[in-house]
Amino acid sequence: MDYVIIGNSAAAVGCIEGLRKCDKKGRITVISDETHSVYSRPLISYYLAGKVKAENMGYRKTDFYEKFGVETMFGKKATAIDPKKKTVALDSGESVKYDKLLIATGSSPFVPPTEGLNSQDNFFTFLKYDDALGIEKWISKTANVVVVGAGLIGLKAAEGIAPVAGSVHVIEMAPRVLPMILDELAAAPVQKRLEENGVVFHLGMTAAKVVGDKHIEQVVLKDGTVLPCDVLVMGVGVRPNVAEAKAAGVEVNRGIIVDGTMRTNVADIWAAGDVTEGVDTVTGQRKIMALWPNAYMEGRAAGYDMAGKKDDFDGVFPMNAVNFFGLSVITAGIQGGENTTVLEKHDEVKGTSKRFFVKDDCLVGMILVGDVDRAGIYTSLLSERIPLSSLDGKLTDDGFGLMSLGYDRMKQRISS
Amino acid sequence: MKKVYANERWCLGCGLCKVYCRTAHSSTKDIIKAHKLESPRPVERLHIETGDKINFALQCRHCDDPKCVQSCITGAMQKDPETGLVFNETDRCVGCWTCVLVCPYGAIVRDEGKKKVAAKCDLCAQMGEPECVKHCPNNALVYEDRGEE
Repeated sequence: MDYVIIGNSAAAVGCIEGLRKCDKKGRITVISDETHSVYSRPLISYYLAGKVKAENMGYRKTDFYEKFGVETMFGKKATAIDPKKKTVALDSGESVKYDKLLIATGSSPFVPPTEGLNSQDNFFTFLKYDDALGIEKWISKTANVVVVGAGLIGLKAAEGIAPVAGSVHVIEMAPRVLPMILDELAAAPVQKRLEENGVVFHLGMTAAKVVGDKHIEQVVLKDGTVLPCDVLVMGVGVRPNVAEAKAAGVEVNRGIIVDGTMRTNVADIWAAGDVTEGVDTVTGQRKIMALWPNAYMEGRAAGYDMAGKKDDFDGVFPMNAVNFFGLSVITAGIQGGENTTVLEKHDEVKGTSKRFFVKDDCLVGMILVGDVDRAGIYTSLLSERIPLSSLDGKLTDDGFGLMSLGYDRMKQRISS
Repeated sequence: MKKVYANERWCLGCGLCKVYCRTAHSSTKDIIKAHKLESPRPVERLHIETGDKINFALQCRHCDDPKCVQSCITGAMQKDPETGLVFNETDRCVGCWTCVLVCPYGAIVRDEGKKKVAAKCDLCAQMGEPECVKHCPNNALVYEDRGEE
């Protein structure tokens, strides 16, 4: 059996590890246009801040491919998939035969059209290791850095860069930080924590133009404010890399459409990770959930299915655990929306808050700020759709734990 | 694999397991120094829940297919294929708390003493029988292989 994986990040690793649980012998080939062995993309902000050294960027150890019997074709881009001949064409001119194929091509940064912006030498996006290595060269204690986007990518970039730069200005179109995952109440303390650490925000604002032909010198905001700029980082969002899949007849909406076992509409082709559009198990809606842990789990589910085995994969929903200068934030599911009620608890002294969104007696979303201990118990309520009326306590109880789930559930969990 | 199991009807909720867990994970391994002198203070890798008639201590369940391992963004959290032990390679952990977000047992503890890292039960891997079990006054904690997972 020839398993071929296009892509070499979380979904690819998930697939390899899933495959090898079921099939020790099949040939696995990984094709990637990057030359690095698999690394953790979320660590690039930690790398810039000096918190993680180059040798610890690996998502798996360097012997990973050897240990799992994987052939690597790095620095080569898959340019076409032929589902009839079952081959993948590479930009090197080579052709790779597959019996089963996983498309894990990930996503690319979206760069909003901005006047004056071209490929200036100090303009970067923020997704890959090479982005961080590029930014690193321009960063100094006097460098003025402008980050566009206050979503997860932009804010982690700002956090990573702030300790090593002169100034960091963040421009965000929405009126709050992390607009996709936080409501106003939760966004305020996050913004404050970043501000206390030197990050300056321009919210409800866009960049009108950049000044500088080969090298950006200034960013001019819509309101006319001029920001001096030594490094520009665009961290607005990502778009799935679907071109090759689409050309091969794979069904694509915004991302590749996959079913519950990550199969596409084309026989013997699976897809996983940022490139896919799956069903959010909390809302039942199809969406792109470009998140690292989800990518791994999807890849693993695909690996099991490709090897003909059943995984206990029960789908994904949006969830995030993220820190900014020591302030921990955990979110899962949806934040508010129609017919949801809110249960909340605030501790003004500690500056912590827990907000739970409830619909039809089920937890459908949560935002925890500052106090994230044992959050996974709440997450399990959400994923297992446990009726809240069957609990022995309230979500907002101090010391909410396994006992709060009721005796039988508690007993089952402590006996597992 | 052998794991630590609690008998919730026998547990007194006395907290000795916590004390010995902290000591086992301290740098001095001395009960007094671990609690009174060490800075930062070592953290225990278990949770004690107390109720009216039932109490228990809960450690990592060392799951067969651990969500924490699958979700770890750095690859620090791993399951030893030989022993089944779920362990965190703290040098590679950045304390993002994704493991805290996904563990359905709430078994992972934040250690923010020095560098922020996820702390969890390691079954006192270097010490034979787990210290929490060894020092439980009412045999409410046992270390045994129940044949599952």
